[in-house]
This record gives sequence, C-alpha cells and structure tokens, in this order.
Amino acid sequence: MSEMRFTEDHEWVRIEGDVATIGITEYAQDQLGDIVFIDLPESGAEFAQGDDAAVIESVKAASDIYAPVSGEVGEVNEALDVEPATVNQDAEGEGWLFTLTISDPGELDNLMDADAYKAFVAKL
Amino acid sequence: MSDPNGAPLKRTSLYDLHVRSEGKMVPFAGYEMPVQFPAGVLKEHLHTRAAAGLFDVSHMGQLYLHGDGAAAALETLVPGDIQALAPGCTRYTQFTTEAGGILDDLMVTQAGDRLYLVVNAACKEADIALLRDGLPKDIAIELLDDRALIALQGPMAAAVLARLAPQVAEMPFMSSASVMILGTSCTVGRGGYTGEDGFEISVPASAAEDLAAALLNEAEVVPIGLGARDSLRLESGLCLYGHDIDTTTTPIEAGLLWSISKRRRAEGGFPGDAVIQRQIKDGVARKRVGLRPEGRAPAREGTRVTDEAGAEIGTVTSGGFGPSVGGPVSMAYVSSDFASIGTSVLLEVRNKAMAASVVAMPFVPQRYYRG
Repeated sequence: MSEMRFTEDHEWVRIEGDVATIGITEYAQDQLGDIVFIDLPESGAEFAQGDDAAVIESVKAASDIYAPVSGEVGEVNEALDVEPATVNQDAEGEGWLFTLTISDPGELDNLMDADAYKAFVAKL
Repeated sequence: MSDPNGAPLKRTSLYDLHVRSEGKMVPFAGYEMPVQFPAGVLKEHLHTRAAAGLFDVSHMGQLYLHGDGAAAALETLVPGDIQALAPGCTRYTQFTTEAGGILDDLMVTQAGDRLYLVVNAACKEADIALLRDGLPKDIAIELLDDRALIALQGPMAAAVLARLAPQVAEMPFMSSASVMILGTSCTVGRGGYTGEDGFEISVPASAAEDLAAALLNEAEVVPIGLGARDSLRLESGLCLYGHDIDTTTTPIEAGLLWSISKRRRAEGGFPGDAVIQRQIKDGVARKRVGLRPEGRAPAREGTRVTDEAGAEIGTVTSGGFGPSVGGPVSMAYVSSDFASIGTSVLLEVRNKAMAASVVAMPFVPQRYYRG
C-alpha cells in the first residue's frame, strides 16, 4: 500500500515502506513546458530535506528540484537521460525522477496530502 | 499586471487576440506579451521552421525621420551606411557609444522621402532621446505609436501573405514596400528574426487585429510567443540586445563588421569610430562565437567558459535548447585565442565542467528569400 504526499514546490512523493519515489506534479510539468534535459542525482547521494537534488531544464529555463525529505538516493530513472519529455507525458507515472531511502519519517508530516495539494494549486 | 518596478504594463493592439488564443501573458519590456501559446515553445519553434508562425512585435519602437539629409544625419549616430541605401531597401545597424559600445540595434529602411526605423522595445525611450539630442533640428522625428508590427515567418510565409497581397511574393530580402492588405495600407518588409524567410508588417493599430486574425485563419499559420522567438533567433545566430550585445560590447567583438560598409569603415564619423576603426585594423581581444555543448544540458546566459585547464576565457551570453538542432546551443564571448571554429572549451554548468566546441553560426542554415 502506497501513499502520496506533495510539496509546495510541486513535487510528489510516493511512500512505500521506507522508500520514497519522487517526481514533479502534472501542474509543474505544465508550467515548465517542454523538458529537454534532467540532471539527476547519483545513486548513493545523501540529501537533507530541502537540498538541491536535481535540475530540470525546459526550453524556457532551469528549475531546481529539492529533496522533499531527507534520505539516500536509491534508484534514478535513467530512461529520462534519453527521453526527458517522458516527464511531460506522464509526470506522475513513468516520469518519476529518483527514489530516496527515508531517514526521518517524521518529515513526511510537513508534506501535503492530495486534497491539501489540490487546494494549494487551486489558489495559485 | 505590472512590471517588476510596479509600473502598469502596456498592451499591444493584439492583446485581446492573444488572450483568445490562450497565450500565457507575461511582462516583457513594459508590455504584457504572450510567452507561449498552448502548443508550447518547442512545437511553436518547429512549426515556424516547417510552415509559418505569426509573431506580435508591436512592442518594438517604430518611427520616421523626415527632412533633407536625414540619412547623413543618422550616420552621425550609427556606423551603418544609410546614405547608400536605395529606396525601398533596409539595413541593420547599431547606435554606438563614444567607447564603441552598442546602445541598441535597429533596422533602417529608406522609405523614399523619409527613413523608417524599428528599434528594440526596451530601448525605445532612450533611442528617441538620443535621436532628439543627436539630430539637427530640421530632421523631424515622427513616432508611430499608432502602428502595430506583425511578423509572419517561415517557409510558407510568402505563399500565405501572397494570398492577401500577391506582390509580396517577389519582394527581395531586406526590401520594403507599401502594400494594401485587406483594404489597409501597410508597410511590408521582407526579413525577420528567425533565420527563415518572412515578413514584418507595419499596420495601423486599428486594423491589426483583423489582419492578424486573417493570417491566423490560414491553415499554415499558428501564433508564436516570445519563448520560441528567442529559441529561433538563437539558433539563427542573431544577437539579442541586452544579452549578446550591449554598451560593453562593440560591433567588432560581436561579429557585426559586415554591417559596416567600406566607406563608413574608412571615413568614420559615428560615435566610437576611433575605437571601432582600431579594432578593425588591430583585431579584438574577445569575440562572440557559437558553442555546441556535448551532451544534452543547456549552458545558459552567465555560464563561465574555461579552457581545458580550467582558466576562465569567457562567458555565455545566450544559451538554451535548440529545438531544430535537437540539442543545446549557446553564444558566448571568448578570448580571441579560443575563437577559431573547432576549438575545444569547457562550460561550467552547476559546478561541473562540460565539454563544448566553438562552431560556426548560424546553428541551422538561414533560409532567406534570395529570389
């Protein structure tokens, strides 16, 4: 059973046990426009919550992706090196970015659930 | 909407049309302008290269200079050969500083009894002040604030516009003519800012929306925002004022020597002539070049350029992803020792050194109409 959390920076976090899979939301991909390059972290890299973890380059600009929770990078979605536009096509599925092994589950309480994120986006 | 300084933004006469076309409106040079339409920058860019795109460039400054000797008078402010312009012909030039820097770049058309100038939106107030101060009192400056400017660009632009005005089909590149379109007298120039064949149509503001709507009604034409305008001009190796050229760069460093005729090189008589003549004779310490980064990461404006040992040799002034190139492209100023085609350099992107090569510009072939 997985559950989804969201950040105010428009990242989604899917939590399965102590593993968090991270991506950007449909809203974020729409705002960024056509994505042409993604600078993903190395497997094994350690981040504190809020650290710069990745960079998404669209035709318009470079956007930082922050670690939504603290942890160590597990898998990275290497398919995005070849097809970064997958994030535009399926931001909340095949366009996942990387996984983190969560080091402080308490940080998840700072994130929004789906309803709260929907309300957050509606106000933008 | 207001600009970053809180001043209210102006709107062009195509504002309502942009909103109806679902343009994403952003502040730009004091105007609310569409940065993109629902298709997005990538598709808009590729569509322009494949068919035709319509651009609202009404934010740019349009003006006439009237009076005998206007061409000679304007030459005291620009290095371009304005006196050699034949009627109906257009030339690219720059307003220069006493140090040889560039205050703005502009198009000048010899329109018979007057000169027609198109200047950058962000510079137009300063340009007008410069003209008022710099030209003799018998040269009258007429601001064309009541005119819109619509660019139609792409390989199908000529076929589309010729349906409304057949005579544009054979217009030479960099020529200008008075043309009736949909019952309105317009000034049509052949050229643009994309590297493609195309036209810029100066039209009374009151008729602009009908003209733009009629062009957009043609199957080949889609609206294009500022995002794709920038990627198109970058791939075509064209300078963007305030980025690739400014008061700290000279026309020679910028690779714009072609825009200064032999007579003007020899005679001078424009601001910064001594500096520019010396640079033509002795060379320059740095040059604007094209860079192709290896890999896919774009190297954007401000990226440091280093030699292979890591010593700084220059800075990127424009950079991004080139949709038609299918990869990243940048323009940079580099030390002249590193400006030869094929030189290997490094780009510092997010603290990582990324390999790149100096390449010839444009990054994609220009496809101007040559008759």
